[in-house]
Amino acid sequence: MTLTANQETPPPAVGRAGLKKELPEQFKDYRHVWVFIEVERENVHPVSFELLGEGRKLADKLGVKLAGVVLGPPGDATQHAIAEAFAYGADVAYLVEDPLLEDYRNEPFTKALTNLVATYQPEILLLGATTLGRDLAGSVATTLLTGLTADCTELDVDADGSLAATRPTFGGSLLCTIYTLNCRPQMATVRPRVMAMPQRMNKPVGCVIQHGVPMLEEEIVTKVLGFLSDVQSTNSNLAYADVVVGGGLGLGTSENLKLVKNLARVIGAEYGCSRPLVQKGWMPADRQIGQTGKTIRPKLYIAAGISGAIQHRVGVGGADLIVAINTDPNAPIFDFAHVGVVTDAIRFLPALTDVFTQRLSPHSRDKLAN
Amino acid sequence: MHVVVCIKQVPDSAQIRVHPVTNTIMRQGVPTIINPYDLFALEEALRLRDVHGGEVTALTMGPPMAEDSLRKALTYGADRAVLLTDRYFAGSDTLATSFALSQAIAKIGETFGAPDIVFTGKQTIDGDTAQVGPGIAKRLDLLQLTYVSKISSLDLDAREIKVDRRSEGGIQMLHGKLPCLITMLEGTNEIRRGSLDDALRAARSQIVKWSAADAGIEDLSKCGLRGSPTVVKRVFAPTARTEKAEQITTTDKALGDLADELIVEIFARQPALEHELAFDASA
Repeated sequence: MTLTANQETPPPAVGRAGLKKELPEQFKDYRHVWVFIEVERENVHPVSFELLGEGRKLADKLGVKLAGVVLGPPGDATQHAIAEAFAYGADVAYLVEDPLLEDYRNEPFTKALTNLVATYQPEILLLGATTLGRDLAGSVATTLLTGLTADCTELDVDADGSLAATRPTFGGSLLCTIYTLNCRPQMATVRPRVMAMPQRMNKPVGCVIQHGVPMLEEEIVTKVLGFLSDVQSTNSNLAYADVVVGGGLGLGTSENLKLVKNLARVIGAEYGCSRPLVQKGWMPADRQIGQTGKTIRPKLYIAAGISGAIQHRVGVGGADLIVAINTDPNAPIFDFAHVGVVTDAIRFLPALTDVFTQRLSPHSRDKLAN
Repeated sequence: MHVVVCIKQVPDSAQIRVHPVTNTIMRQGVPTIINPYDLFALEEALRLRDVHGGEVTALTMGPPMAEDSLRKALTYGADRAVLLTDRYFAGSDTLATSFALSQAIAKIGETFGAPDIVFTGKQTIDGDTAQVGPGIAKRLDLLQLTYVSKISSLDLDAREIKVDRRSEGGIQMLHGKLPCLITMLEGTNEIRRGSLDDALRAARSQIVKWSAADAGIEDLSKCGLRGSPTVVKRVFAPTARTEKAEQITTTDKALGDLADELIVEIFARQPALEHELAFDASA
């Protein structure tokens, strides 16, 4: 990212004279598209499959292979991850199996992945912008002294085969398209739910290339003492929910959040909020929807009392249907919602909850069916 | 104990305006703030100092006006502030930024004592990459602990640290050794209000200003645009959807009728939802 501390204004929107492509000789043989398959506590993070979908398109445009990279301890979980990577479009899988990789730790994962890249030389390497992916990508890119573009919303290749990575900046006010001109691999991270989930195919397992990690446990400073799963807490599954109800400042008081929660409970939705509510301490950060919170891709998103700042828009663009309830007919949310109701969410939400309750109760379903 | 906190002066993003023709950020009159996430890092550093003694050095890289954010860090209670500023840094991406900052931190170590911990916020609100912290850690060979929600123990004699780290499915509890780099999660601490003494001290303090050369950077090809492998080729405004939301008219309607109408519209547009929406009888 070239928008940093001491850059007073972003580069002009036109091409710059500084854009000289002179790929050094040592990078000319870097080929193929790699996707890091994130396995944590035996589960593959779905962002890996979303990235395989994107990676497939890039690989097809470049006429190269798509590879999934699996790092983990020996066992069923890594084998399952490989099978899934093939099912979602990978031609090849690279596998590093070692007990050192049991839990995510920065040192062995960085070592394993940089070593793999140096050996097999991919031109593009994509990772999910998860806590794990961001932790790892930054270390790998710095070790390899290559470019890394964070939180991309669009990936493409241009005529000469360079990766064009587009990302929002300044909280989503602007988009910029970024190239890594003279270094390889070209690295990018993408947040979960930004890209659509590709179709799963029943493909037989293809070619698996095994590689080691040149490291010993004694060399690793970090030790994992334990893990407290979110299952025991109130953390949300916002990103992967099919239906989401969101609340904003238009609700007036933290007390009124119960209106959002009630509706969510009746229709089996997850609930979230816009950034100001997290800043006020009305809701935990884990439930924030938008640029600095969660990206969501539900079939239905009901936004109550949310004005629709650009930061929020960035996080909900993938929703199939956005319903906005807001008293201000000029609120920006009506520019990107599909259906709008100009009314007071505080009064309207209870009514909506009641009508949903009537329509969805088993009794009325039976009546509808007959 | 010596702790370095990296902060960044950023435009208050809620008030960003984009020029409609040139697509450049219009900074005139846009207030700047310390990146909010960095305040959690600064607060954690100050708390550690209050318990274990020692010093907190605030560091920023930026234009000369970034001095304001350092002055602010002093009013919160930082002991010293270093401004790394040089036109050679203009246009740095995250790799070039982490290079310059890591050189400055090494120089801070030589000048004021080696840091035990380097803190950053989890990310900035203007760049949003979360890449500079890990970049600094790698360049200085510091143990990297990102997204830390809590430092549960710190033993300076044994040089050991235990932290809680946010991961995708929960909290990872890690044990590591100093020196380390920690990126702090938001909301970890209540941010203190600086005391009057701190404010007076901040007003009188000299801020250490270093150029690239002062920070011991010899290879300028690793700085700024030249040292940045990524290049911004195009900046543009997000395209607006051309159609506005279809409004359900609300005049003279009972709320229940309005709700009915909205639900009919939802199911008309997404028929599958009618059978998928769950009903929770406990509601």
